[in-house]
Amino acid sequence: MPKKMRVLMFGWEFPPYNSGGLGPACQGLARALAAQNIELVFVLPKQLGDFREPFRFRFANVLNMKIAEINALLVPYITSQKYALLRSGMSVDGNYAPTLYEEVRRYAYLARAIAEQEEHDVIHAHDWLSFGAGMEAQDVSGKPFVAHIHATEVDRTAGHVNQYIYDREREGMYTANAVATVSDHTKHVVIDHYGIEERKIHVVHNGVLTDGLEYGRSTGPGFRQLKRMGYKVVLFLGRITIMKGPDYFIHAAKKVLEYDSKVIFVMTGSGDMEGEMMDLAASLGIADKVIFTGFLRGAERLQAYRDADLFVMPSVSEPFGLVPLESLLLDTPVLISKQSGVSEVLSHALKADFWDVDDIADKILSVVEHPSLKSELARNGKRQAQSCTWEKAANRCIQIYNCL
Amino acid sequence: MSSVCFYFHVHQPHRIKKYRHFNIGQDSDYFNYKGNQGPDNEFIIQKVSEKCYLPTNAVLLELLNKYPEFRVSFSITGVILEQFEQYSPETLESFQKLVDTGRVEILSETYYHSLAFLYSKEEFWRQVMMHRKKIEEIFGVTPTVFRNTELIYSNEVAQEVEKMGYKGILSEGADHILGWRSPNFVYRPKGTKKIGLLLKNYKLSDDIAFRFSARWWEEYPLTAEKFAHWVNQTNGNGNVVNLFMDYETFGEHQWADTGIFDFLRALPEHVLAHPDNDFVTPSEAIERYEPMAELDFPFYVSWADVERDLTAWLGNPMQHDAIRKLYSMEKLVLGSKNKELIEDWRRLTTSDHFYYMCTKWFADGDVHAYFSPYESPYDAFRYYMNVLKDLEVRVLSPYA
Repeated sequence: MPKKMRVLMFGWEFPPYNSGGLGPACQGLARALAAQNIELVFVLPKQLGDFREPFRFRFANVLNMKIAEINALLVPYITSQKYALLRSGMSVDGNYAPTLYEEVRRYAYLARAIAEQEEHDVIHAHDWLSFGAGMEAQDVSGKPFVAHIHATEVDRTAGHVNQYIYDREREGMYTANAVATVSDHTKHVVIDHYGIEERKIHVVHNGVLTDGLEYGRSTGPGFRQLKRMGYKVVLFLGRITIMKGPDYFIHAAKKVLEYDSKVIFVMTGSGDMEGEMMDLAASLGIADKVIFTGFLRGAERLQAYRDADLFVMPSVSEPFGLVPLESLLLDTPVLISKQSGVSEVLSHALKADFWDVDDIADKILSVVEHPSLKSELARNGKRQAQSCTWEKAANRCIQIYNCL
Repeated sequence: MSSVCFYFHVHQPHRIKKYRHFNIGQDSDYFNYKGNQGPDNEFIIQKVSEKCYLPTNAVLLELLNKYPEFRVSFSITGVILEQFEQYSPETLESFQKLVDTGRVEILSETYYHSLAFLYSKEEFWRQVMMHRKKIEEIFGVTPTVFRNTELIYSNEVAQEVEKMGYKGILSEGADHILGWRSPNFVYRPKGTKKIGLLLKNYKLSDDIAFRFSARWWEEYPLTAEKFAHWVNQTNGNGNVVNLFMDYETFGEHQWADTGIFDFLRALPEHVLAHPDNDFVTPSEAIERYEPMAELDFPFYVSWADVERDLTAWLGNPMQHDAIRKLYSMEKLVLGSKNKELIEDWRRLTTSDHFYYMCTKWFADGDVHAYFSPYESPYDAFRYYMNVLKDLEVRVLSPYA
């Protein structure tokens, strides 16, 4: 029997200690790789908690050396407002920015020790926050390094990049033996904006974890009261920030409500544009039809998906976009932006350009008016979402490892 | 004796434009769109005329002039004839020249290429009569053999068509329908007295229509000589080889560079090389050959997909929703006596609108996606329902 391939994987966050989609994606991929007879060690910058997974964890701050605890949050997604401050040369949250960069640098430094202690054949690091660690590990062991791109700085900021982060991303991808991107869309961003050569870039579409989605039924009334009153519910779920296009959602709501007043728009999530969106809804005179629920976790989040008649993801830029797949697994059809990576794997969905508010509104109106459209989109979409597995993604990664 | 019976289906629908919810009550011009963002019917007619209809008609005329035994037949829908008149008169003229030879037969059908038989027998009769009148006007002939939309067929269709006075009808001859029987004979539909039934030889038809340029096919490349040899093999166990296909096979589905035109040009010579072979039109086949046996088709069949059933048009809840809504408006629309309203409603009966809503192969980007002018079957449904809504508004508020 051939020896198990050993992968040293560097991440930044891990569920349930996650602020966005990076953690769940790392979890899905790592589990699927472990199921494929890969010996995997998952490295995180600090001890977040105890995890029960079919692979070992290492925490960079738990070493035989003393390091100062860092107060900054572990935030892979820096918000658009903070970017604006960073760009203007101001510091954010006092000394936020230097602290994050320092933390990234420290993670990279500590990765050397882990790479020395853990035998491995391949190094695999997720996003720029871990690229430094991956590069240092490679410097120690000389093993091939895979840089996995879940989101680029260009995507996150709609083009207003932070030079420091951009440079770290480019450096990581440039140094890596192979680059994995979560979509063809992202692959082209990497080629066009980072000048990485196409032949070393591989598209690895994300999967979706189906466990946990079956549970958590009936948690309180949710939106059922509204539905009993004859309202249809249209859901936005994600960070309320520029990249997710929340303003297009509100403008589309305005247009829909001009034609059909029995529709409620729900915005679930938090983010730097939340207040701005409340103001926008009020100024458009639709504040009574737009509900802000704040950030929802667990069963409440699943209930929101289930109660909705349509899930809308109007992202300006979305390297992949997992939420529509979750929505489909919970039987709610989706309208997604053509600028999302997930639209490459999802044909049984309505699609629109994020900026085409009229088209988004037109499609929402069709779904709320025609139950047959809703049911057919939901039925076929669910089947397609079920075929988006992490097993497929893991197999793609193993192919990449084998070619290094 | 083996008689080759060609029948070519010629049809293009009036596709509806990308009609949004906001257009309802504002815009009743459903079918006219110019540009590359939506279905441009004029552009499509001109493109297909140039690639298929004109060059293929030229080849057929050449063959009719060269071989006195050569015969073909067409089913040409009313909606494409209208569009030829409007957008491509020279194409219409080239069809007229073929019919003028006296050896090209035109078949009868519903004017709008509709599924009316399944939803309204009255409307079915009206559309068949409209088509008959149009054919008489344009070609000066009266069809005597019927083929229903997409070869949708059952005993009941044959019985109805016999009542209308036709002497023959066409249908699909797939194995799972025919069982051990051969498609190469004339049959008598169950419950009829005089009418003859011709069945598509799906294997030989699809060898041309679908497999001609398929490099994975072990018979590739298909030559006229080889094909004539297959036709000869039916000698002794059949009378008539029915080759039924979309006319767009020539030049559109199989591009000119596949050699499809050379194949067609060479075929009569090789078929006629065998002294027992000839060509017939459907009515000649029915006159010449006695029915071999009675055939029982208690349920509907069609020539679509591998299933050969109705699910390409009526396979999901959206399709049923849309067609139910359409026919629920029949009495109201016809009762309005408003010619424009009635014409718009009838254009919406065209089966293609429902075909575009088919989701069963959408994920695979299969034949349905290829033929659809919309981004998805869901969008096809949306635009259609918006148009129906506007039509309803017009019927209910005639003075608006």
